[in-house]
Amino acid sequence: MQVPILKQGAYLIATVQSALTDEDLKQLRDTLVVSVSKVRARGVIVDVTALDVIDSFATRTLRDVAHMIRLRGAETVIVGIQPEVAFSMVKLGLSLEGIATSLDLEEGLAYLDRKGKGPGQEVGTHR
Amino acid sequence: MANTQDFATLAEARLETTASRLRELVAHLRQQRAQLREEWARLITEAKLLTAMTKEEIFAEATSVYDNYVEALETGTYEALQAYARNLSERIIPRGVETHEVVGIVLLLRDVLARSLFAKYREDFNKLNRILDAYEPAANRIAGTVAVGFVQERERIIREQQEAIRELSTPVLQVRERLLILPIIGVIDPQRTRQLTEQLLRGIRTNRAKVVVLDITGVPYIDSPVANHLVQTVEAARLLGANVIVTGLSPEIAQTLVNIGVDLGKMNTVGDLQGGIEEAERLLGYKVVPMQEPTAAHVVG
Repeated sequence: MQVPILKQGAYLIATVQSALTDEDLKQLRDTLVVSVSKVRARGVIVDVTALDVIDSFATRTLRDVAHMIRLRGAETVIVGIQPEVAFSMVKLGLSLEGIATSLDLEEGLAYLDRKGKGPGQEVGTHR
Repeated sequence: MANTQDFATLAEARLETTASRLRELVAHLRQQRAQLREEWARLITEAKLLTAMTKEEIFAEATSVYDNYVEALETGTYEALQAYARNLSERIIPRGVETHEVVGIVLLLRDVLARSLFAKYREDFNKLNRILDAYEPAANRIAGTVAVGFVQERERIIREQQEAIRELSTPVLQVRERLLILPIIGVIDPQRTRQLTEQLLRGIRTNRAKVVVLDITGVPYIDSPVANHLVQTVEAARLLGANVIVTGLSPEIAQTLVNIGVDLGKMNTVGDLQGGIEEAERLLGYKVVPMQEPTAAHVVG
């Protein structure tokens, strides 16, 4: 299942719609990293609201995506992690350290907007 | 064919005799009621059971237990006795009557009655044996019924109380837009930690909270599994995009955490609840300023 990537202003939004295989994840990673500079995006949002499991491979891939995109000069936010998923991730020792996370798409956009305006408040969304 | 019939009649005859023996027994117990009851009440006091109750109360209860007991022996049905046992438990549990006391008094009654049977049939050992055959299973079943009834009632009360405590234990309060407070009071056990995590994460989602103040002023101590669980909860909250500020760590808890070596680097801790809320407001960009200086009129009143 391919993940649609939409362009919204200076941001790219990838909304995961169903469970992803490892292949799908790799493809998502590659597509995002390529398209971020193609469209000169300043930020990338990965929406995982639909996922009810995030395993170690998915966590690692998301972390890789965030780091690669930073090297390509943009910011990444992971949004919509479900409470149950968040807790099981932490239980398994899979925390997205150093990666910004937000409650939902709206918060993620607000975070990127704040980031765009230079150093300011960073509440709720973390690095 | 003839054989089966024989067996059937034999079995019937045996049933018949058990029933008739029980009838005889019941008649005896009815006749001796006053005396046996007194004897029983005396033994209860002597054994220092039911100390929470007065002598008169013990006697009154003894009377009705005795009558219910004999009735159960007579009818062979235990529903009435069960209902009575439940009712009795309901009355005496709040007064601090313990399980061993209830079991003790029922067993005492069983023994009192058995003694009176020994006395009555001491001339005829075979008859005594047959009567006891009928009496013992019934008496044991009664004792079991009463004890189970008591314990069930106790368990029901305990369940109700647990339920009440659970409901009270982790309120999630919204103080401001996007700011939640979770005051925790009392010891945190593993069951409660799970519930706390669930409530916290759900609360963040439903209230779209950005900052949560977790106040543990009322927690006397925590152990390492609970401390680790708390750290994990804080991290999980971060994945949902919320900041958790932990406030009110007592010196003991601080000591424990340091001794255990829990990684507190990820936790944002502030001394007390007030400080926590101030910090949260700062994070949210609020600034509390006093309204104008109080005017003279206000001061004088």
